[in-house]
Amino acid sequence: MSHTDFGQTPAVFEPKPDLPPPASTVGLIGWLRGNLFPDWFNSALTLVAILALFMIIPPIVNWALLDAHFAGDSRAACKPNVQIVKDKVITQGELPDGSTMELEATADRVVVPEGVTPNVRWTRKLIEGTVRATGREYAKVEIEQDVIIEGACWVFIGIRYDQFIYGFYPKEERWRPTVVIGVGLLLIIYMLTDGMPHRGRVAMFLLIPFPIIAFFMFSGGVLGMPHVDNAKWGGLVLTIIISAVAITGALPLGIALALGRRSQMPIIRLFCVIFIEFLRSVPMITILFMAMVVLPLFLPPGTTFDQLARVLIGVTLFIAAYTAEVVRGGLQALPKGQYEAAEALGLGYWKMMRLIILPQALKIMIPAIVSLFIGIFKDTTLVQIVGLNDLLTMVQLAVTDAQWIGLSKEGYFFCAFIFFVFCFSMSRYSMYLERKLHTGH
Amino acid sequence: MSEATSDLNGEVAVDRSKMTISDEVAIQIVGMHKWYGTFHVLKDIDLTVNRGERIVICGPSGSGKSTLIRCINRLEEHQQGQIFVDEIELTNDLKNIDTIRREVGMVFQHFNLFPHLTVLENCTLAPIWVRKMPKAEAEEVAMRYLETVRIPEQAMKFPGQLSGGQQQRVAIARSLCMNPRIMLFDEPTSALDPEMIKEVLEVMITLAQEGMTMLCVTHEMGFARQVANRVMFMDAGEIVEQNEPEEFFHNPKSDRTKLFLSQILTH
Repeated sequence: MSHTDFGQTPAVFEPKPDLPPPASTVGLIGWLRGNLFPDWFNSALTLVAILALFMIIPPIVNWALLDAHFAGDSRAACKPNVQIVKDKVITQGELPDGSTMELEATADRVVVPEGVTPNVRWTRKLIEGTVRATGREYAKVEIEQDVIIEGACWVFIGIRYDQFIYGFYPKEERWRPTVVIGVGLLLIIYMLTDGMPHRGRVAMFLLIPFPIIAFFMFSGGVLGMPHVDNAKWGGLVLTIIISAVAITGALPLGIALALGRRSQMPIIRLFCVIFIEFLRSVPMITILFMAMVVLPLFLPPGTTFDQLARVLIGVTLFIAAYTAEVVRGGLQALPKGQYEAAEALGLGYWKMMRLIILPQALKIMIPAIVSLFIGIFKDTTLVQIVGLNDLLTMVQLAVTDAQWIGLSKEGYFFCAFIFFVFCFSMSRYSMYLERKLHTGH
Repeated sequence: MSEATSDLNGEVAVDRSKMTISDEVAIQIVGMHKWYGTFHVLKDIDLTVNRGERIVICGPSGSGKSTLIRCINRLEEHQQGQIFVDEIELTNDLKNIDTIRREVGMVFQHFNLFPHLTVLENCTLAPIWVRKMPKAEAEEVAMRYLETVRIPEQAMKFPGQLSGGQQQRVAIARSLCMNPRIMLFDEPTSALDPEMIKEVLEVMITLAQEGMTMLCVTHEMGFARQVANRVMFMDAGEIVEQNEPEEFFHNPKSDRTKLFLSQILTH
């Protein structure tokens, strides 16, 4: 072939048709191959993971659901309703010289009384034992006996549920927190749903008047609602109050601090830097103790400032410092051209921030902000250190109650479940938001 | 680059009838200096731009040409001398800066569209929030200018879905929506693929034909020949030479200009 022979070029260019991709890269097989079994190492990992799931999941499901007790109004409901008879069994053992010996032992046997549907399951298990005398092993024996399979006693949660949710809030006034949190949740869902009219107004309502109304509903003393001291607020309601106040307070404060830290004005910048760096370099527990002990020093003498308010201020400031750093990260990630374009169009600082910079920065920051919020929701459990009764504290009180001793598994399982539901919802919402706000750049 | 400009020379007939230059002064720069830290970027710049002038600024990178036009709308601050735009002096007075920015449109090398807003919203944002124009009117104006730049059908898309050339045309429309009296172009075609340069230049020619005062940093010499009434060469922070395009290209005075022209016109 000579150097000038480049093949024939047709006078009219016609693109080749699109062909379907190879079968092994699409469909179920393609997915399995791509995701679970791409090479021997990943295949091995997949198999190990499947095995681990097989070992972990069935016992948990059995305990929490299949063998669990749900109905009843006292601990007795979780007691097995079958009788256990101790049978005498004769078993044989073998002596070192080869001769046999007979041994008498007791073995449990489950007997179902007449007319009773058993509320537990049991299995026969082989128990192995050794006969020893004066330190010498004489014989090995084996007996079979029934062992009742343990299940969760959710009756405990059912009975203590009110306290887990409301703490020591008086029984007849519990509708108040229910209404506030119910309405609050509905409004939040409304605000977060696309295409609903007046979402902005709902958001403003949630931000300003709602917390005030909520406060009076919780606290009472107006409109004929008896006063409930906030020392009695507790349980999940308190957890929600603390996280809601911390989140709604910390976001605007954090944005303000972040803008302040990037400000051209040295005094404002210095103040913001000191505030942020100080709060970020101190553990939250310290902040809580300081809120209890140090905050009153700054107030005029004689003012009483209740415990919950102090904790709320402490937590909000703490979270605001973290939010500020996340926001600053988002602001820095935006190209300088966005600022310049906004300025060149004549937008002033605040309009530029509100319309151009913050919407984009907040979008970049969603994952980080939501993980921060998930963090706050979980960190509220620390308030028990300063004597507030949040959900976890209420659960701990219940599991140490003499009447329900030994049911800590159920208590903590429930507690973990509630936290999971809240945190997982937040996480899913943030992922949805990320997808929605992605405008292809 | 040279391919697109030669296309332009061949195809587009430029109507110079409306490109009249009035005696009114649009921009006046007197003895202006600027430093970045200790680096002296602009040295003793004197420049008077009359209304209706179309000035092309060229020069090697780092010569200060972008900085010069960015000083005109205060994206960069000058440290010495005076800049007047529409007889308003640019100082630290925020009110003056805002007034001037409303009158001066700017188009950037990298478009700088707002990616979280649709094309239409990009165009209506400033009229609504800065000029306090009612939304319906702002949209009407925006659609008119999107037609001028020949992409009205993309109004509901996001910038990220458009090609570079389309994005730059949207950026021009966005500036025009503020109804500016002066337009600054900072290398508007340098970030574009060759096939897209032409569509942007055509829009700029349309603007020039309508009598817009334009300052344009570009290396599109075809555009300079056709549209500009003055070509300016900058190097090392100074205006080395300025002249009418014919004279500038065929009879450059300074050896620095000659060297620059030989480098950009022969590749």
